[in-house]
Amino acid sequence: MAETLIQKIVAQQAPAAAPAAGAPFIRIEDVSLYYGASKALKNISLNLDEKVVTAFIGPSGCGKSTLLRCLNRMNDLIDNVRIDGCIKIGGHDIYAGDVDVIELRKRVGMVFQKSNPFPKSIYENVAYGLRLHGMKSKSDLDAAVEQSLRSSALWDEVKDRLHSSALGLSGGQQQRLCIARAIAIKPDIILMDEPASALDPIATSRIEELILELKKDFTIVIVTHNMQQAARISDQTAFFYIGELIEFGPTAKIFTNPSQKRTEDYVTGRFG
Amino acid sequence: MTPEPKSEQPRPHGWIGIHRGHKARPVEWLAEKFIFLVSLSAIAMVLLIFLFVAREAMPVFFGEANTALIQPTIPVAELDKHSPAELQRYLDLTPEQYKSVDHDTLLALMQGKLDEQNEVPENFRKDADARINTTEWKYLLQSHQWSGYDRPEYIWQPVGQIKKFNIIPLIVGTLKVTLIGLLFAVPLAVGAAIYVSQLARPRVREVVKPVIEMLSGIPSVVVGFFALLVLATVLQKIFGYQTRLNAFVAGIALGFAVIPVIFSIAEDALTSVPRAYTQAALALGASRWQTAWQIVLPAAIPGVFAATVLGFGRAIGETMIVLMVCSASVMSWSIFDSARSITTTIAAEMGEVVAGGPHYRILFLLGALLFAATFVSNMIGDFVIHRFKNKLEGKR
Repeated sequence: MAETLIQKIVAQQAPAAAPAAGAPFIRIEDVSLYYGASKALKNISLNLDEKVVTAFIGPSGCGKSTLLRCLNRMNDLIDNVRIDGCIKIGGHDIYAGDVDVIELRKRVGMVFQKSNPFPKSIYENVAYGLRLHGMKSKSDLDAAVEQSLRSSALWDEVKDRLHSSALGLSGGQQQRLCIARAIAIKPDIILMDEPASALDPIATSRIEELILELKKDFTIVIVTHNMQQAARISDQTAFFYIGELIEFGPTAKIFTNPSQKRTEDYVTGRFG
Repeated sequence: MTPEPKSEQPRPHGWIGIHRGHKARPVEWLAEKFIFLVSLSAIAMVLLIFLFVAREAMPVFFGEANTALIQPTIPVAELDKHSPAELQRYLDLTPEQYKSVDHDTLLALMQGKLDEQNEVPENFRKDADARINTTEWKYLLQSHQWSGYDRPEYIWQPVGQIKKFNIIPLIVGTLKVTLIGLLFAVPLAVGAAIYVSQLARPRVREVVKPVIEMLSGIPSVVVGFFALLVLATVLQKIFGYQTRLNAFVAGIALGFAVIPVIFSIAEDALTSVPRAYTQAALALGASRWQTAWQIVLPAAIPGVFAATVLGFGRAIGETMIVLMVCSASVMSWSIFDSARSITTTIAAEMGEVVAGGPHYRILFLLGALLFAATFVSNMIGDFVIHRFKNKLEGKR
């Protein structure tokens, strides 16, 4: 059943934007990652284009989130992690010795699975990143906060209570606030780690609409468990299984005509 | 797969068991009641201690204690002209004691009272101070120009012919020492807590945390001893003040005793800030320092404040360190003068007072005061913590 539904979704989707000519924006070359002795990512190579939505799918524990967190070096925070291989963004090796992680994270924003607004006001949540990166004047901040909240389709709901606590928002609103916070500092890439998995269907559809909207300005990599979601919003899909990249290609192809047996089994719901 | 229960076997009791109430789990029920009683006993204990302290201080409240050196006397012959109540008060007897003494003893006691008055040295006969009851509120709280002084002074001098019980120097001394202690301890302890919980590598944390917490295991008399001999000299060399043993030294030494208390609670509070906040801040491009200061610390403020309130309680109640380092009851706001705290006064003097005497009553009054101060500070602390929490959680 899932097969036909997903195929329907893919058929409805507008054709993917043609990849920009020239070198791919994100180059993942032969990346392996070890947690202590266990190898969580096995020799993964993947090229992602600019201003394209790429979905990482696969069963739990397949390494898709781990790979996502390699792209802004959030794995650095975990002890005992070792990474081999090379990841280049816009031609820069982000694991080179002279890379400032803070500058990298400014360019590669992230939205987490569980919405995690700071226990501050709505305004402060968005303004925090801007202040971190040197924006001081009140009028600039006001304008940037409003713009980010508008881009994340939250402005109309919160404009009258910008200075009340962000923790008073609903789950879906909190997640959109986290997206607003991430896009406020104008990154090039937004990483999303199952951004809608804790939300109800209506909130999920709003997030998905938002992602399609943001695609115009940002390169988006999204990890999702929900294959229909991947089919609805992504241009490219990568399927992972136990630390390996099984198949990568245009979303329509992955869901309708995968070249690997395991991909087909997974997207049609036979396992996972 | 578990085998299907055989449907032909009905449950033995049907629905009967549903009406057994708490008897269904009697042990759990008993345990719950027992724990409830235990917690109740803690409240009862606090209440009893307060009642005991307050009761002993009562005569001061009712003006029943009298320390006037020269008191009006009643000649022995006029024994029968006075009512039993008057005589009882005159002779400082309890009603039961008064009832149990016979007439001859009464006469002897009256004579004793006269002899006592006759023994008052001649030079006090003209001294106005000798006729003052120094346990009156006026003399406890306000400055008074004692004879021989050229201006009104606050004086705690509970021994001697004329006992001066002004408690203001003790309150000032306590506040001085406590505030210095907190000013020294809070930044250090909270700083260490931030470092250990947010910035230190796991291996460093495993060493630093237990070492700081071990500080609380050092007996305060040892801290006092160290401060008395070493710290006082070192600090005097650095700051060059005159009095070697003063409130400043005592406050710093007190800080050492308070640091582990504040550290451990603040560290817990900081560690329990959800990792999600830290991750969000780091993903936005905040450095670890910025994350610790701007995100984690504000989120842990209720806990850090609670740690400070507890540290205040510990500091104001600490006796031994202040007793060893400085204990002259001078009235001075200067931190480089000596100070005598309330607890120190009670500890040092309680062993030498006459039970039931005015000095004894005043010491209990100080105890009650201390009790009230701690109680009020905890109440205020609790209130503020709730405000902080509600603000963080977005409740009004």
